[in-house]
Amino acid sequence: MASLRTLGALLLAAPLSLQAASPKVSEFKLDNGMKLLVQEDHRAPVAVTQVWYKVGSSYEHGGITGISHMLEHMMFKGTKKHPPGEFSRIISANGGSENAFTGDDYTAYFQTLEKSRLPVSFELEADRMRNLRLLPDEFAKEQQVVLEERRLRTDDQPRAKLGEQFNAVAWSNSPYKNPVIGWPDDVSRLTVTDLADWYQRWYAPNNATLVVVGDVNPAEVRQLAQKYFGPLKPSTLPDLKPQGEIEQAGLRRITVKAPAKLPFVVMGYKVPALNGAAEEWEPYALEVAAGVLDGGNSARLETRLVRGQQIAASVSAGYDLYARLPSLFMIEGTPVQGKTAADLEKALLEEVRRLRDEPVAAEEMDRVKAQVLAGKVFERDSIFYQAMQLGTAETVGLGWKTVDEFVDKVNAVTPEQVRRVVRKYLVEDRLSIGYLDPQPIPEGQTAPEDRAPQGGSHVR
Amino acid sequence: MYAKKMNVLFGLVLVLWTVCAQAGPKIETWTAANGARVYFVPTEGLPLVDIRVVFDAGSARDGAQFGLATLTSGLLDTGAGDWDADAIAKRLEGVGARLGTGASRDSAFVSLRSLTEPKLLEPALETMKAILARPSFSATDFEREKKNLLVGLKQREESPADLAGIAFFQKLYDDHPYAHPKEGNLDTVEKLTREDLQTFYRRYYVAKNALVVIVGEVDKAQAEAIAAGLLSALPEGVAAPALPEVAPPAAASMTRKFFPSAQTHVYSGVPGIKVGDPDYFPLYVGNHILGGSGLVSKISEEVREKRGLSYSATSYFYPFRVQGPFLMGLQTKNNTADEAVEVMQKTLRDFIQQGPAAKELEASKKNITGGFAMRLDSNQKLVDQVASIAFYGLPLDYLDTFIGKVDAVTAQEIQRAFKARIDPDKLQTVMVGAGANSEK
Repeated sequence: MASLRTLGALLLAAPLSLQAASPKVSEFKLDNGMKLLVQEDHRAPVAVTQVWYKVGSSYEHGGITGISHMLEHMMFKGTKKHPPGEFSRIISANGGSENAFTGDDYTAYFQTLEKSRLPVSFELEADRMRNLRLLPDEFAKEQQVVLEERRLRTDDQPRAKLGEQFNAVAWSNSPYKNPVIGWPDDVSRLTVTDLADWYQRWYAPNNATLVVVGDVNPAEVRQLAQKYFGPLKPSTLPDLKPQGEIEQAGLRRITVKAPAKLPFVVMGYKVPALNGAAEEWEPYALEVAAGVLDGGNSARLETRLVRGQQIAASVSAGYDLYARLPSLFMIEGTPVQGKTAADLEKALLEEVRRLRDEPVAAEEMDRVKAQVLAGKVFERDSIFYQAMQLGTAETVGLGWKTVDEFVDKVNAVTPEQVRRVVRKYLVEDRLSIGYLDPQPIPEGQTAPEDRAPQGGSHVR
Repeated sequence: MYAKKMNVLFGLVLVLWTVCAQAGPKIETWTAANGARVYFVPTEGLPLVDIRVVFDAGSARDGAQFGLATLTSGLLDTGAGDWDADAIAKRLEGVGARLGTGASRDSAFVSLRSLTEPKLLEPALETMKAILARPSFSATDFEREKKNLLVGLKQREESPADLAGIAFFQKLYDDHPYAHPKEGNLDTVEKLTREDLQTFYRRYYVAKNALVVIVGEVDKAQAEAIAAGLLSALPEGVAAPALPEVAPPAAASMTRKFFPSAQTHVYSGVPGIKVGDPDYFPLYVGNHILGGSGLVSKISEEVREKRGLSYSATSYFYPFRVQGPFLMGLQTKNNTADEAVEVMQKTLRDFIQQGPAAKELEASKKNITGGFAMRLDSNQKLVDQVASIAFYGLPLDYLDTFIGKVDAVTAQEIQRAFKARIDPDKLQTVMVGAGANSEK
């Protein structure tokens, strides 16, 4: 062990070159309030553009859940200048790839292009920021597409179904109780007018951050951004009600039955996110706690529950400190054959107890920190991921600089701090537990298995 | 461990991404003392290195023991040399390194990503070397990993998409070694023994059946030392024999399986092409128009954009060592399944009948050639590309000539190639869902 201790410590102490490698971010603000973040990465002649809007499912109220995601789909359906589908065709013809994603706290649109094509994406993104045309026919079809997406991602996935219902129970009034894709009844009753309203309310330069990472010159990107986005008028943005979660007063449990083969357990403790945290070190200490539990094959859950006691076939723990509102510290797993969800729950709670009652060994702390530092270098291999991080941090209200600070803040966490956050937050009164209770999968009424059309048959 | 990895049909397949910057990276290659080929691309800008050792040891080598290649691969990092799974994990993660193992139908790999700082890289390499050459296959690890694989296989039965994929390969490949799922089946995995894995390992994890890809911020001398060190403990052995050719289907078939899901999952296709097929470029560019370019492709246009029938509707060629599949796929609510399949298949027929329009061809070429730089813009992507070139024996200038070959494709060639290779009257179609029941 001694040698390992040395190696971990060595990674933390030695590589000044790595820290020096931390990339420079240029930050600009246009007169209309739009923020621009540019990070240079000259390894390949490529640039990724991402436009981040401060709107997502946690901005929605009852009855219109899923509207941010639905609007994201409609953003590809035409403006006054470009008819439906043309956005994608133009990006494609320029060799680009593009898409969009919606989360609890953001809606983001991206294109990856050869660097000289940056103006193409700027022109199109600026156009749809203010000039979207919501056509009823297009909306009717896209609503069906989104309902198919919901069936695909949630309704037919037992674990996703559990996850959705688990969130609805774990949260009483926080908007994190609603699924990003929306409740089916809400999604199927959204109207073009609802969407037009939502678009008017949130899609404006002063509610957006433009992130560009790649083989670019920040001053030139700024000029281009000014040219395309500069003329857009800002809006008066609505006040967002805080919707602070009420205090939980005891353990919550939920069981979801679904046709499935395996039981599954999810556990979530209510914890602060970095945004709005009373003590800034606490989220970083929670991050280290997650690493001690599930930072790879050498972490406790894999070592003790999958390999040692062989209670879990698979298990994981995680925590998203870049959330806009207080979030959940999640632990979940699948029991091995012959063990029950209750057995696994007990073993997981025992791991939380150990974390609470016993200080984390120096060697474990070093290993977690070593992985965080190496991971920081590895993630720079992807310009897309780098842009994602800057966009997320900015959009949830933290500012992009927190991305840079991450390694140092994690390094500063002590074993005592880990114990303190676990004592404070990973407690029963903040806990919700969900079980997936597998139901037999019906076989179907003897449908003829193989039927060849036109009387043919498959012979070989 | 397996449960996390299993739900993707093509996730680990060494897919030949039809790669595409105006010139590719300069690949240096040499043969190590014991016969293994080494491929090296130096990169700059980040102090990291990716190393991947690839063996012709995928599930196509399972014989009747379906799941053997996957389980063998899964055992490698659970004990090797003097170290058990805990020690291996600590050794690697203590220096921030990431090691992976996995298998596809054609190949199996052991990969390492590490910082280049020698004091960090060396222990990681030493660990990888033991994993490659001295895996323990201990009884305890074997029993545990097998049990966990079985759990993963049970979970597969929760997924209509996975079930459809399995049934599709079975129809397409019949008794060919590509037919069975690479993770195996409950009954075949149940029968596997530790000795089976050791035998498989000894036969296929040998230098003559291996190649090494190194991409990162190291120089040639370092790369030579890395490759020589890693492989020195592997016996020379012999390369795996050629795989049998795939027989084309005699007639169309339709397989319907009931599953109590809201959507029906559909795959439809025929055996397609090998890597390096002379018709590869017309088929690749043609399929880009047909179903391979996301929302702007014809199948997506017809199924999703015009009719709102599916969230995704695509078609792809997956070239393998021998004929990999051509497949079209979608998912839709049960009562529109038949309509969606009809639309998708008609789109294919019309495309083969009429060939691509000049405008469509131009648009696809622009997308492929204009996006070439993005296929090579990270270490990770370079490793994937070079590993494909190396494993399938493509020319080293493959990436340099790629754009020229795409640009040279004509509408006539596309139509001829599709007519020759894809018979829409021989499609093997699989539908899994509640709409697949005859009693709707």
